[in-house]
Amino acid sequence: MLGKLTWDAIPLEQPIPMIASGVVALTILAILGWVVIKGHLPYLWREWITSVDHKRIGVMYTLLAMVMLLRGFADAIMMRMQQSVAFHSQGFLPPEHYDQIFSAHGTIMIFFVAMPFMIGLMNFVVPLQLGVRDVAFPTLNSVGFWLTATGALLVNISLVIGEFARNGWLPYPPLSELAYSPGVGVDYYLWSLEISGAGTLVAGINLVTTVLKVRTKGMNYLRMPMFCWTTLATNLLIVAAFPILTATFAMLLLDRYLGFHFFTNEAGGNVMMFVNLIWAWGHPEVYILVLPAFGIFSEVISTFSGKPLFGYRSMVAATMAICILSFMVWLHHFFTMGAGADVNAIFGIATMIIAVPTGVKVFNWLFTMYGGRVRFQTPLLWSIGFMVTFIIGGMTGVLLAVPPADFVLHNSLFLVAHFHNVIIGGVLFGAFAGYTYWFPKAFGFKLHEGLGRAAFWCWLIGFYVAFMPLYVLGLLGMTRRMQHYDVAQWRPWLIVAACGATLIMCGIAFQIAQLVVSIRQRAQLRDETGDPWDGRSLEWATTSPPPAFNFAFLPEVTGEDAFWQFKKRAAEQPGAEEMPEYRDIEIPRNSATGFVCAFFATVMGFALIWHIWWMVAVGAIGAFATFVVFAWRDHDEDTVPADEVARIDGSSRAQRHAILSREAAE
Amino acid sequence: MSTVALTDTHHGAAIRDWAGAAPKRIVTGYGFWIFILSDMIMFSAFFATYAVLLGQTAGGPSGRELFDLRNVAIETGFLLASSFTCGLASIAADTRSTIWFQLAMAVTCALGLGFLAIEGNEFASLVARGAGPTRSAFLSAFFTLVGCHGLHVSAGILWLLTMMAQVFAKGFRADIQRRILCFALFWHALDIIWIAVFTVVYLIGSAI
Repeated sequence: MLGKLTWDAIPLEQPIPMIASGVVALTILAILGWVVIKGHLPYLWREWITSVDHKRIGVMYTLLAMVMLLRGFADAIMMRMQQSVAFHSQGFLPPEHYDQIFSAHGTIMIFFVAMPFMIGLMNFVVPLQLGVRDVAFPTLNSVGFWLTATGALLVNISLVIGEFARNGWLPYPPLSELAYSPGVGVDYYLWSLEISGAGTLVAGINLVTTVLKVRTKGMNYLRMPMFCWTTLATNLLIVAAFPILTATFAMLLLDRYLGFHFFTNEAGGNVMMFVNLIWAWGHPEVYILVLPAFGIFSEVISTFSGKPLFGYRSMVAATMAICILSFMVWLHHFFTMGAGADVNAIFGIATMIIAVPTGVKVFNWLFTMYGGRVRFQTPLLWSIGFMVTFIIGGMTGVLLAVPPADFVLHNSLFLVAHFHNVIIGGVLFGAFAGYTYWFPKAFGFKLHEGLGRAAFWCWLIGFYVAFMPLYVLGLLGMTRRMQHYDVAQWRPWLIVAACGATLIMCGIAFQIAQLVVSIRQRAQLRDETGDPWDGRSLEWATTSPPPAFNFAFLPEVTGEDAFWQFKKRAAEQPGAEEMPEYRDIEIPRNSATGFVCAFFATVMGFALIWHIWWMVAVGAIGAFATFVVFAWRDHDEDTVPADEVARIDGSSRAQRHAILSREAAE
Repeated sequence: MSTVALTDTHHGAAIRDWAGAAPKRIVTGYGFWIFILSDMIMFSAFFATYAVLLGQTAGGPSGRELFDLRNVAIETGFLLASSFTCGLASIAADTRSTIWFQLAMAVTCALGLGFLAIEGNEFASLVARGAGPTRSAFLSAFFTLVGCHGLHVSAGILWLLTMMAQVFAKGFRADIQRRILCFALFWHALDIIWIAVFTVVYLIGSAI
């Protein structure tokens, strides 16, 4: 009846997961209870859960990422604590539990923090920057988000029911095969990523189509803001890389469920094929994460320097060059496979070549700041912190691209330090810069500046204290993923690293405090103009937060930095603003399709993990039925009547004029 | 109102300004093309795997002993014919002829089911001969690649029936026409993939 699921699946004898999941469950119940008692449930359902508005979906993606960041960081700090005490001792985490923690940490941070954070920001910002009312496929957008949430939910369910994978964030066979990992941990990993991967693919198709086909009049390719370009490159990579992940995991699943021989030791299976395939996805994946961050830094640096982006066209070329080159370097993740000196040399050189367009970008950012009126506010601090940190990470990357050096450093903490250096310094700092930069656009008030600075400094210093020792440890010969060790030399460095992780925890605490304080002080922090940073692109041309239809009139673009040009023209000829007639606006209608479909996907995923076959059928039929019901609906758009548009737009225009004339009088 | 504005005419070569968001039919078709490309990349991962594992028979039967090219030729005939009738259904949808649309779709469905029946028969006879997917890495790759195409055809038939029902219930509404366009793209793409399956799996595979 319930497949492999029995009461033994609940780890009652392990205190840490039980306490952690108990706290999480209580928190969720408390929030749900509060929502129901206060009567917010209809509001949440109507305005958020069934919303197909790209802004709402973007916010939900980002929120998911921030919640999962807490989970991923909890894993991280447990690992640092374990390693700082596990000298000649077992520490406080038994090996089977420690192995689940490092696997969950990597999986969560990549798939459920970095990915949704970036997709959330792209979703929120790109249609606004392109001057349009929504993405190409609004309902699919909601489906994509909820499938990602399903994946995150399944990973967290594994904490209480059963176990998670113990073989690292990428399940290398033969360890991940049934013979060596008979538990459900690998199945949790595979099904949650198959489901969320489908969601990511949907998001990628949607954003590629949006950037290529849904732009406002006059928004030529070479007038798009840099963030739109990096969004295009990122989503092209998603469309080209994620299917490989789906196929690879499908093969591993067939091995595990039906006794196939893709990656087994027996019957002709080939484990290195898994490693090749997974990195043919995995290397583009790191650019999927970092390219949007490059776009965010371009926007932030240009805005806070009060200058157009230096070398815009070279930046576009560099972005697209990285997009293509990222598919030609996958073998550098396993130089030790033994492909031979010639193959390794080619992939080593290809890897070093990627440093060229990346270098172009860094110089462009520096020259954008050079001679500008630089305002050192939090988003720019994250950007400068990024530039310094990312260059160090990039240089250790080039070092690892040299095959002989890689043979020595492979699988050591040097590698761990390198990729955290680029992912924290690049992706996460970019996400935080974008979060601070676009927060006022999403909610109508800025984040508290002082607490933001405090968070930045804790993160920056904490990062260096936590990860520079790991470079040293790698050179001292410490391999990754060790539950305990007996080399006295390593211990002081591991204690320093644990202190760094604690500093990062302070950074996270400041960020939580910043959010709480900013919400409480939202009246003082209010952004009434819609343009709090003196911005240059079209998202700042509408109110904060924007109305459901984004723009009352779709803007017409005549050059780069569209909004900057509007402002310049308005300053030169005050009062010359022409007012077209208000018209009815069609906006896509809300739909529960995404949520219901994800509900059935959750049921199906859980049933597949535990071999409950009747429940798999229920989930599959339910998901198909959801789509048929969606296909049968007769009205897919709601109309905002012209006088309602006039009322909303008129009041925000009046407010903006009042502020501008008040500022002029001062 | 002209849809295309020309600027910068002083410099001889006029730069064509982007005219604004494309109409829905274009956006939908374009997005679906992108999906098809991603699907083909997924297939290419299975193709690459098949190519790597082709010789890994683990002492079991190889393609030369197993593949019956006459059978595969008949399968191919069914699928190509179904693509032709699917094209007829698209024309019928364009001319809003319900009877011809339903007829063409029904024939497409029958041909698709015929294809699946032959494929199912082939799979069953292989398993009966002890050449199932668990026998060797080569057979794992074979069953997965060909089976993945077969699953796509099955999903396509489910979609086809849904479209027939939709046209029956709602007629040729604009959104339904867009879905018919996507379905046709999907069905033809399966043909393209089948050509690659025929060549790589059966022709090259039966040489080893």
